[in-house]
Amino acid sequence: MNEQNDFDARLRQARQKRGLDKADADAAAGGSSGLAGSALRVGMRAGVEVVSALIAGAGLGWLLDRSLGTFPWLFMLFFVVGGAAGVLNVYRLFNPRNGAPR
Amino acid sequence: MAAEGKTIDALSQFELTHAFGPIGAAVNFTQSNAHMLAACVVIVALMAWGMAPRAVVPGRFQALAETFYEFVENLVAGQVGHEGKRYFPFVFALFMFVLFGNVIGLLPFAFTYTSHIAVTFGLAFLVFLVTTVVALALHGKKFFGYFFPEGAPLWLAPIIVPVEVVSYLSRPISLSVRLFANMVAGHVLLKVFATFVVLLGGLSWFGPVVALLPLSVNVLLVGFELLVAFLQAYVFAILTSIYLHDAVHLH
Repeated sequence: MNEQNDFDARLRQARQKRGLDKADADAAAGGSSGLAGSALRVGMRAGVEVVSALIAGAGLGWLLDRSLGTFPWLFMLFFVVGGAAGVLNVYRLFNPRNGAPR
Repeated sequence: MAAEGKTIDALSQFELTHAFGPIGAAVNFTQSNAHMLAACVVIVALMAWGMAPRAVVPGRFQALAETFYEFVENLVAGQVGHEGKRYFPFVFALFMFVLFGNVIGLLPFAFTYTSHIAVTFGLAFLVFLVTTVVALALHGKKFFGYFFPEGAPLWLAPIIVPVEVVSYLSRPISLSVRLFANMVAGHVLLKVFATFVVLLGGLSWFGPVVALLPLSVNVLLVGFELLVAFLQAYVFAILTSIYLHDAVHLH
């Protein structure tokens, strides 16, 4: 156990001398927005979130319509709700619920 | 004459065919299933073989198995917290299955089973069911308070609740579409540039020289796809852990 601690300390020392830890710290500072690496990736995530919320809303409305026999109305209503949920999803992407890590 | 009849056919790589000859055809066993089976065999072999020596100073396979284990363990512990340890096997199995599906699919002649929405949605729906059941089991009726934030005025409930419910229902869709779209886009891109190489290569005397361009793009793309394969497996695992965090803690 002692041998292992010693190894960790020596490894840290060696990494510091070579300036390897600084690169790690810089990378951590750059990627502080969680999964987001580049702007393109954030855009892709946001787009997927909006589209999937729209699909979920429209699908739910369509299913309700089919069982209740009120075809276009609930579908249209839930399409709008899906759009709102998409905006909510994107908002959550950048501001997670409180208590959530990062 | 040579280029006639040759078109860019980027989507036929996703078609399902039967594996294992007439036996596979009889039970509808496709090459997608065969690759899933192969991925499972590779994963189990890696873990069993890697864990067998139980050495203090790990060998190559043990180091690889331990890297995967520790990576997912840190991810789950970091996102869900200490009590999230019990969901580790679930997240680990998902991560390994998706990762090996993505990586095995990059090998020549292999099929990428994560490029089918049926597969990714199946996995994402499993995540959705598990997180919902966990939340219901841990919190009972209080789980439904998740759909109405505390402190919001009550008259807003008819607007907030449907939006929150739809947002919750959209999770498996976004989870599956993200993985599926990334894998399909990558493989289509690879195929398109590979076809460029062939089409340009037969153009005339300068064809082979021009064909070097798409060929070099393809070399870069394979590296990029390897990155995407790891990244998407990571994203799948981390989103599963975030959903589990929500299920365990609520808010």
